[in-house]
Amino acid sequence: MDLQTTIYLVVGLSFALYIGIAIWARAGSTSEFYVAGGGVGPRINGMATAADWMSAASFISMAGLIGYMGYGGGLFLMGWTGGYVLLALLLAPYLRKFGKFTVPQFIGDRYYSQTASTVAVLCLLVASLTYIIGQMTGVGVAFSRFLGVSNETGIYVGMAIVFTYAVFGGMKGITYTQVAQYVVLIFAYTVPAIFISMHLTGNPIPQLGLGSDMVGTDVSLLQKLDSIVVDLGFGQYTTTTAGSTLNMFVYTLSLMIGTAGLPHVIMRFFTVPSVAAARLSAGWALVFIAILYTTAPAVAAMARMNLHATVNSAVNSGGDMFAAESSLKVEDRPEWMKRWEVTGLLKFEDKNGDGRIQYYNDKTTDQAVLDKAAAAGWKGSELTVNRDIIVLANPEIALLPNWVIALVAAGGLAAALSTAAGLLLAISSAISHDLVKGVFNPNISEKGELMAGKVAMACSIVLAGYLGLNPPGFAAGTVALAFGIAASSLFPAIMMGIFSKKMNKEGAIAGMLAGLTITLFYVFAHKGLFFIKGTDYLPLIGGKNSFFGITPEAFGAIGALVNFTVAFVVDKFTKAPPEHIQALVESVRTPRGAKAVDGRH
Amino acid sequence: MDKQGEAYWKATLGLLTKILAVWFLVSFGAGILFADMLNGIHLGGYPLGFWFAQQGSIYVFVALIFVYAKKMGEIDRKFDVHEE
Repeated sequence: MDLQTTIYLVVGLSFALYIGIAIWARAGSTSEFYVAGGGVGPRINGMATAADWMSAASFISMAGLIGYMGYGGGLFLMGWTGGYVLLALLLAPYLRKFGKFTVPQFIGDRYYSQTASTVAVLCLLVASLTYIIGQMTGVGVAFSRFLGVSNETGIYVGMAIVFTYAVFGGMKGITYTQVAQYVVLIFAYTVPAIFISMHLTGNPIPQLGLGSDMVGTDVSLLQKLDSIVVDLGFGQYTTTTAGSTLNMFVYTLSLMIGTAGLPHVIMRFFTVPSVAAARLSAGWALVFIAILYTTAPAVAAMARMNLHATVNSAVNSGGDMFAAESSLKVEDRPEWMKRWEVTGLLKFEDKNGDGRIQYYNDKTTDQAVLDKAAAAGWKGSELTVNRDIIVLANPEIALLPNWVIALVAAGGLAAALSTAAGLLLAISSAISHDLVKGVFNPNISEKGELMAGKVAMACSIVLAGYLGLNPPGFAAGTVALAFGIAASSLFPAIMMGIFSKKMNKEGAIAGMLAGLTITLFYVFAHKGLFFIKGTDYLPLIGGKNSFFGITPEAFGAIGALVNFTVAFVVDKFTKAPPEHIQALVESVRTPRGAKAVDGRH
Repeated sequence: MDKQGEAYWKATLGLLTKILAVWFLVSFGAGILFADMLNGIHLGGYPLGFWFAQQGSIYVFVALIFVYAKKMGEIDRKFDVHEE
């Protein structure tokens, strides 16, 4: 069977499985299949949360970015897992005890203010929309490869499918469907990693393979990769940091507190049966997430190695990488390169006209490398590979069997679709319930509310798709921006709502607005107003990364600091919250008496 | 807040502080601030700082949440505020 047919078959089968489970669960007609509340234990709930959480950014984009960044890519790994510790310790159990369904509801009640709730809705919308732009970037990559079309067409098809998926309720809320999605996703991620690890190091466990010697040698894989990339003018793999140590520090912190502040993640913990279960659920979710996250660095390093080995035969033979015959002949290039050329995400240009492909860092500051390249007649790097294709192309690069390639395509689609649909649902409920019904038109009929939600969904997907055509960065980078926004706006308000009895509405509102504004100001300076290309205003802030070399993706932690500071200062000069609110905070702090969640619609 | 409630909250904050200290040490400490120093030590083929940033901290995070859930359950029962 040829590759394309196999891909259609496997993707089709995986979707049939999700739909089948959904129908079976509905036919069972018992409420326990819906929401995690009923008879679902923390393990199953954790698995479903993991599927919900791991999006196109984790599955499709992250390992590719780590592969290019090397050691510094660890910020994604630590950031997106370390946030669960904060979530489990600081927020989840208390929000569960509080017993409302959405984050704006918590903020509105705790800060006894409709305005606070509306500001929270605003923060939620900005963060979720940015997140969806990142998802659409990933969806575009997956669909363009899956259908063999250009990246733009891939995004259009993706928009249509995500919309249909979300309007029909997605497959959200049905825990067992999400469990199936997790299983497909994790198989799709680990199976190729096991094959490749086995092939390169003889160790089938990727987490150990990454720390092992190359097959038949006593040189470790990382040591070998270090020497290859340095010889080609790239930064050393195991030590190159992300910008600077300071930037890596705040970037990691941003992702961590952003994880704990993202409404669609927090929402999962509102629906567990008890406070104790909320604590355990976060742990189990992290176990299932960690399986992918500890495999990702191996995928990253091994894909980087295989990519260099494909283009330059001296990588494996140990010969001179600058010898003329080491570089890959254009007509000998493997099938996978041709397949990805169609999408426009992989390009090469024979700059020196020798009929071979040279791939190295032509912007290196290492004069020795530049001299060698010049002596060999190289006139610049000839291969451009979009980082977002690495994970999907990885099994093809490693020449794995067709069914493995097809499985990865199915996994990528599952990851991207489920998260995009989940976010759209969060947006639509925030607009229809918290904003339209809560503020503008309290008398709206249930039907009108539903309609408003669907319109909101359609608008956000068109907007996200449009911005996804010219994305502000690679999928994981864009998603990191969303985390920064959540970190700077929502996390401090929720945390102070629990840990400070005295924090009042004036402080919280001023804090949220200050954190959101300053973060967006810095992000838009780099990426354009509302991410529209060409509207950036870098000169105004004194150039790129002008704030101590901190990148816009990392700025959320600074925004959060501003949020806390402004909140405490304003709180000092305004009236303390009323007695009953202080009593409410005390009751939130103790588990006993947790009731079923209400306020759901 | 009554005396019992205050003691419970103090015990909770004490536990959170301890766990967050470890959380900070493995990720921001070993994985970022001291990574260069630790890279001199090797764990198999892994330089240790690199290992903490890309593997080790994740394993510790998982363990931390389970330790927290267990200890917190003990505190709940000690102060008799646990759920039925």
